Amino acid sequence: MALKVLVGCKRVIDYAVKIRIKPDKLGVVTEGVKHSMNPFDEIAVEEAVRMKEAKLVNEIIVVSCGPAQAMETIRTALAMGADRGIHVEIPLGQMDTFQPLHVSKVLAKLAEKEKVDIVMLGKLAIDDDANQTAQMTASLLDWPQGVFASKIDKTDAGLEIIREVDGGLETIRTTLPAVLSADLRLNEPRYATLPNIMKAKKKKVVKMKPADLGVDMAPRIQVVSVEDPPVREAGQTVSDVDDLVAKLKDKGFSSA
Amino acid sequence: MRGLPQLLSRAKRVRVGFSASEPVLAIQAGILQPDKFTQTFVQLRGLQSSNVISQAPLAAVADTDSGKQLRQELETIVGPGNVSSGESVVLQHGQDEGPHQGKSPDIVVFPSSTEEVSEICKICTKHNIPIIPYGTGTGLEGGISAVDGGVCVNVSKNMNKILQIHQEDFSAVVQPGISREMLNQEVRADGLWFPVDPGADASVCGMCATGASGTNAVRYGTMKENCLNLEVVLADGRIIHTAGIGSRPKKSSAGYNLTSLFLGSEGTLGIITSATVCLHAIPESVAAAVVGFPTVQNAVDTVVMTLQCSVPMARMELLDEVQMKACNEYSGLSYPETPHLFLEFHGSESEVESQTETVRDIAADNEGGEFQWAVQQEDRTKLWTARHRAYYADIALRPGCRSLTTDVCVPVSALPDLVTATKADIAEHGLVGPMVGHVGDGNFHTMLLFDPADPEEFRKCKEVANKMARSAIALGGTCTGEHGVGQGKMVLLEEQFGKDGIDVMRQIKGALDPQQLMNPGKVFSRN
Repeated sequence: MALKVLVGCKRVIDYAVKIRIKPDKLGVVTEGVKHSMNPFDEIAVEEAVRMKEAKLVNEIIVVSCGPAQAMETIRTALAMGADRGIHVEIPLGQMDTFQPLHVSKVLAKLAEKEKVDIVMLGKLAIDDDANQTAQMTASLLDWPQGVFASKIDKTDAGLEIIREVDGGLETIRTTLPAVLSADLRLNEPRYATLPNIMKAKKKKVVKMKPADLGVDMAPRIQVVSVEDPPVREAGQTVSDVDDLVAKLKDKGFSSA
Repeated sequence: MRGLPQLLSRAKRVRVGFSASEPVLAIQAGILQPDKFTQTFVQLRGLQSSNVISQAPLAAVADTDSGKQLRQELETIVGPGNVSSGESVVLQHGQDEGPHQGKSPDIVVFPSSTEEVSEICKICTKHNIPIIPYGTGTGLEGGISAVDGGVCVNVSKNMNKILQIHQEDFSAVVQPGISREMLNQEVRADGLWFPVDPGADASVCGMCATGASGTNAVRYGTMKENCLNLEVVLADGRIIHTAGIGSRPKKSSAGYNLTSLFLGSEGTLGIITSATVCLHAIPESVAAAVVGFPTVQNAVDTVVMTLQCSVPMARMELLDEVQMKACNEYSGLSYPETPHLFLEFHGSESEVESQTETVRDIAADNEGGEFQWAVQQEDRTKLWTARHRAYYADIALRPGCRSLTTDVCVPVSALPDLVTATKADIAEHGLVGPMVGHVGDGNFHTMLLFDPADPEEFRKCKEVANKMARSAIALGGTCTGEHGVGQGKMVLLEEQFGKDGIDVMRQIKGALDPQQLMNPGKVFSRN
């Protein structure tokens, strides 16, 4: 009984880029800045592809919500081994108010529409660090969730998932369908090779809008301001140990 | 004072630009007798070696008019924030990752464009100041050591752009601040990679300067096979393009092969300000394998047979039993302490499978032990952990020690004998010298460990290293396969090329750098 997987991918600012705040202090500069697929989403795609290679999965649909450039992210996922793509178009101007709740609603609707067995996401996106989408999607669908997954195995009844938690590793079992989110140690993603990149150009990608899925785009959160972390202050040189102790006392770090 | 008579007799370049209060130059001109200050000063500047002729050292003259003028002229070119003579800055810029104690330059400048580099060279030429190019400081041969002081030109800090990527032509144009890992990260998404991997995350332009190579050379070549064009600034400030302006065809018969001349010139002919390099397609399928052998001979025989079967190996690394022990201890592994081959296969899925089969059989024919192999990315990473961390594993064998890393390269057939002789020599001298080899190229490195506080131990390491290099030359090989000559192998270079060969190099150097300002004291000795 081969499964169908829906993988979510987000186009984010590349991890190596130095982030700069926009002059209006309501966001960061994205124009002309290098973007790439969210690293945790790469891991999610890789896991789906490995499941397909192990014949557990027979179709991988990749979905990305974003402006026109989100197509690059979808093509990368197709080059890694996904079968077809869905591009949910969000105009560039709306990207600032497009939030995880909207994504969750889109994913939930698509999961039902495409009748998938697994929704596979990255555990968080490296731009907002929200770590909400997988959980909210599961909740909207009323499906079990296996988030922060570092190992996923198929069982007769569904899935066995090892999760990374604060105290160590937790093993859970879920039925299918389920929503999963990939943690860092789940796998090491492959690089897209040229022949696969060329093949990916021929794979089908369907475009749609959130309205087509009946999703209301009104923001629930308003960004008030975005600021740099405080500039590091110059250190003070102390002349000897007594001086150091005195300064520590002054600043309230030592009562002795 | 030892050395001074030689200086006096060799007083060549007395510049009229300096005031007579420059004691050292004045001595050279025979005007002044050295007073006590100057004697000490000249000693401190390390002028006792007969190889070194003093330039006007800036640290001593920083407060003089000419020193201040030089600094001002440099600040005008690059901006005051991009000139530094701070102690930690100059210290960092004189010391690379090799065992040789580096000498700090007097001043470090951080240009932001090729034009600025050109202006800096013009100023240094005018004042007769040595110029030392600096990339990432990851070299192993003291190539950045400012033996005569001078101006260190750090071309990587501000000149750090990838200028062009040509996906369909498989080439990229990069500035010195782009390291090979940065380039790889950038082209990954296009299904491309830059295969020259010397271990360190070195500047690509720096790799051109040293003619670098790495674990993938057996299949993908060294920098020499992967560089199409270089933009170079000469000592007098002229900017040239070694294959033609903007040229990047796969082949050319146009003019002298200047690209080849500058590749591996170790900063002695000019400063590389951009490089056009070749990219390759990421292989469809990659498999890694590890197999142990009772002796090095068995391992090398396997390598020779594999090459003769024309198996297009991507990586073939030999780790001897001392290295395996170090790796086991450092990375918590449990390999048998015998020589091992670490292998990597690239190609389509079927090609990789058939290549792996072929080599497995050859290894078995040569007394090979268990043949472990892996395809998944993280399994391959785990399998290769031992090899990747080899250097750090060696240093951990004796915490606090440093390593004199040798770099001989011989025709593959000569490898077993040379390796056996070397291991015997290391044992005889009572040294610890783990061995890692790019056996597919006939190139191997021994990490001769020494206590930095024990000059006798260092001397023994040098003795073993020199003996190894001489044997390599006698066997039809070279004293340095990939690290370059720097300072440590100049004598060996002369033995390898003979007097006439070196004289031709000196003539070329003299033509391009008549004042002998570009990275003095490297590659070959001055007359």
